[in-house]
Amino acid sequence: MSDESTEVGLPVEQHALPQRFENPGLPEHHPRLTDVDDGAAKRSERIVVVLFMLSALGTIGAIVAYFTVPPGATIASIRLSTMLIGFGLAATFIFAGAASVHWSKSLMNDHEKIEYRHPMVSDTETREQASEMLADGMSDTGLSRRGAIKGAMITAVALAPLGFAVPLIGSVGGDWDISKFRHTMWKKGLRLTHDPTGRPIKASDVTIGSAVHVIPEGLNKLEHPLDEKSKAMVLVIRLDPRDLHEAPDREGWSYEGIVAYSKVCTHVGCPVALYEQRTHHLLCPCHQSTFDISNGAKVIFGPADRPLPQLPITVDTEGYLVAQSDFHEPVGPSFWERLK
Amino acid sequence: MSTNARDAGALAPPLDYLDQRTGLAKVLKEFSRKIFPDHWSFLLGEIALFSFIVLLLTGTFISLFFVPSMDEVTYSGPLATMQGVEMSKAFDSTLHLSFEVTGGLLMRQMHHWAALIFIGAIVVHMFRIFFTGAFRKPREINWIIGFTLLILGLAEGFSGYSLPDDVLSGNGLRITDGVVKSIPIIGSYLSYFIFGGEFPGQHIIPRLFTVHILLVPALILGLIGLHLFLVVLQKHTQFPGAGRTNKNVVGYPIFPVYAAKQAGMFFIIFGVLALMGATMTINPVWNYGPYDPSPISAGAQPDWYMLFLEGALRLTPGFLEVVIGGYTLSLNILIPAVVVPGLLFTSMALYPFIESWASGDKREHHVLDRPRNAPVRTALGYSLLSVFLVLVLAGTNDIIATHFSLSIEAITWTFRVLIFVLPVVTFTVAKRVALGLQRKDREMVLHGHETGKIVRFDTGEYIEVHQPLDEEERWLRVQHEPRRPIPLLPAQNERGVRRPGYRRDAIRSRVSRFFYADRVEPVTPAELAAAQAHGGHDEISASQHDAPELTATREGSSAG
Ligand code: HEM
Ligand code: FES
Repeated sequence: MSDESTEVGLPVEQHALPQRFENPGLPEHHPRLTDVDDGAAKRSERIVVVLFMLSALGTIGAIVAYFTVPPGATIASIRLSTMLIGFGLAATFIFAGAASVHWSKSLMNDHEKIEYRHPMVSDTETREQASEMLADGMSDTGLSRRGAIKGAMITAVALAPLGFAVPLIGSVGGDWDISKFRHTMWKKGLRLTHDPTGRPIKASDVTIGSAVHVIPEGLNKLEHPLDEKSKAMVLVIRLDPRDLHEAPDREGWSYEGIVAYSKVCTHVGCPVALYEQRTHHLLCPCHQSTFDISNGAKVIFGPADRPLPQLPITVDTEGYLVAQSDFHEPVGPSFWERLK
Repeated sequence: MSTNARDAGALAPPLDYLDQRTGLAKVLKEFSRKIFPDHWSFLLGEIALFSFIVLLLTGTFISLFFVPSMDEVTYSGPLATMQGVEMSKAFDSTLHLSFEVTGGLLMRQMHHWAALIFIGAIVVHMFRIFFTGAFRKPREINWIIGFTLLILGLAEGFSGYSLPDDVLSGNGLRITDGVVKSIPIIGSYLSYFIFGGEFPGQHIIPRLFTVHILLVPALILGLIGLHLFLVVLQKHTQFPGAGRTNKNVVGYPIFPVYAAKQAGMFFIIFGVLALMGATMTINPVWNYGPYDPSPISAGAQPDWYMLFLEGALRLTPGFLEVVIGGYTLSLNILIPAVVVPGLLFTSMALYPFIESWASGDKREHHVLDRPRNAPVRTALGYSLLSVFLVLVLAGTNDIIATHFSLSIEAITWTFRVLIFVLPVVTFTVAKRVALGLQRKDREMVLHGHETGKIVRFDTGEYIEVHQPLDEEERWLRVQHEPRRPIPLLPAQNERGVRRPGYRRDAIRSRVSRFFYADRVEPVTPAELAAAQAHGGHDEISASQHDAPELTATREGSSAG
């Protein structure tokens, strides 16, 4: 092996010196001021007493604040109440803490002490005895001669958790009907309405460049509106028809430059809510995926991969925006069986 | 007996009562004067412990007022801005707790601050364990327990953050749902498993409540017990120093010195958290509003310990989503949210085993390493930190963008490059710095402190006077054992027959060289004697042997 001590550089003559330095042993103890000067010790004692008294005063302060400064009804009055009780509590503990630390540092015996360690491993005799006892125990069970018990026991133990797990798993996922990811409540003729008021939207009221947050009509009357809103929320944007580049198979999904896209980000599902009128870019605030509304909501930047699903829309006889159908693909984040 | 003045040998009455029934005195005898070494960095674990106790206390307070239900109600409390707003009972009760329960907001804010500090303290504590090598035998088990505590701490923090059912936490859950759905094959079902149906459903808040106030805290409490039991059983490690050896522990007795300091620490942490809760607003959910899937504001941030995941998600480009045989595999989500954190955390958990495999060292270690004396370990630690730093910064890239008026694209691309480059650079620099510090230690031992005093010799030569180190100063710099790579035995034995297990040995030897090939060994008594023989010519010899020292310890090829 080339790892000799000469390797580190110095030409060393091998004399009788030891290979390594000796541990010099504990340095001698230096007394503190409080150990040698009675006056200093007395002063320290007084400091500790005063700190504990301040702590007690802090507690009284907190209680007084509790009774005299109720939270009231404004943010300012709540802040005040919070602050005063908090100051009391803080004083209680910070002063008590300072007292204990000061006491231990300045007055308690500060001679370092030594305790010896023993290896964690048990001594050979103990290990042997333990191993013997286990062997005796094993042979008492007779398992080596009665193999059938072993098999049966393992089977029983392996199956036992199922009695708990099956009911739990069976119920914990509700109806386990994941096909719900594929549909929203949008359907032919359902009106687009303002989020959150539910007022229907006239096509003529949507001005060029504006973005309207939309929910399906009747959403608020559902028993659990948020479940449906999480999928069905839509952003309606009106572009100058000259700016709008539509794929051939989607012509007719927009109405006079008005397009409707799912508001659920195709990355991991945040609401894609920031529309920049000048660039026609729609930005997801969560991880900055950016979608180009003039171009089929394609991803132009960020961690999302797929365009936002488009909701085909038109107007009804009264001029209100309505859906032509549901989305043609599942909205929101990808999942394993999305395309199946 | 009760009428007599107690003599010195008798136990005080309550202890006497307990001892007669439980033999308590044996435990007291064993533990009350146990020695605990002192160092500021040993307080980090205690900060975690004490903020956890504050979490339990404040958490009990606020859970008495919190209603874990997603049933809708209409707000009718004192807060003007929320009048008539539809919200879940969870959100409503959070407002009630904050605005109508005297001291409620204080407890909420203390609870949240304590959570942030708890996890911060765990992380810093873990890195102190890492950098000082406190995870080495026999403490690998405690490292694993501690690591589990970290994961549980993150779970506890996330589940708690989600409970108020406000817009921010709801979006956090929505992101979680998106990540879960990306998991191949079982993702959709896992989403149903968590939410009891479609997101958000009616179940997630009550479920998280059970997780947050029962399941995880019980596990944390149990594991902390085990963690501390092992600390006591194995006795705490100590930093190297005069009189401290692998066979002893030097410090102060638990009762009273250590106990008083600990109590003091606990009070101070409690007090500081009270001060923070009193003066620093945190998570003002009344500004965000109740959860609704539709609104969101830019610049919203999760709690700090979740930022690295957020950053990883932001950095990964979307094209990684692929379709295989009609099934969608969202690698753009899986890689940043599952694979990368999984690998980082697993390698952290397994590190003690990796290192002991590379060093071949199976002895017990109770004296800590100075980080410089384990250059590769130290460099790996910093390298890992740099990865987390980039991810955390990436998690705030929108804030950086608006703050410094930069484009998100430019920042994202910078981070995409940095995430690969920075760890390598950090590793290299940190390793060089560690080796450099070791060399400086050698220098000091061989030539002593520079005094700034210049002396002129009869010959006309000027030299600076160096003052030799005293024994204790020197010991600190020479006490460590040099660590050397495991040598690789030849592939064939004497008779030219291929040795079984050679391949495995070869890999191990390569890993071992990665860890220990570049090294600076501590000064030996012989070297010191030689240096002293050089007499006044210290500074000249110092610069002469510096260069060969570096090249001599590079032995990349010699063992291979
Ligand atoms: C709930 C979180 C945790 C608490 C409350 C906690 C608490 C403590 C305390 C009080 C000590 C003794 C003092 C000290 O060395 O700081 C300790 C020691 C230790 N902890 Fe933790 N810890 C936690 C998490 C962790 C983590 C995440 C790791 C590493 C993955 C870890 C590994 C260790 C080890 C190896 C020791 C022995 C240190 C030695 O003897 O030098 N702990 N812990
Ligand atoms: S959820 Fe929209 S970018 Fe991530």
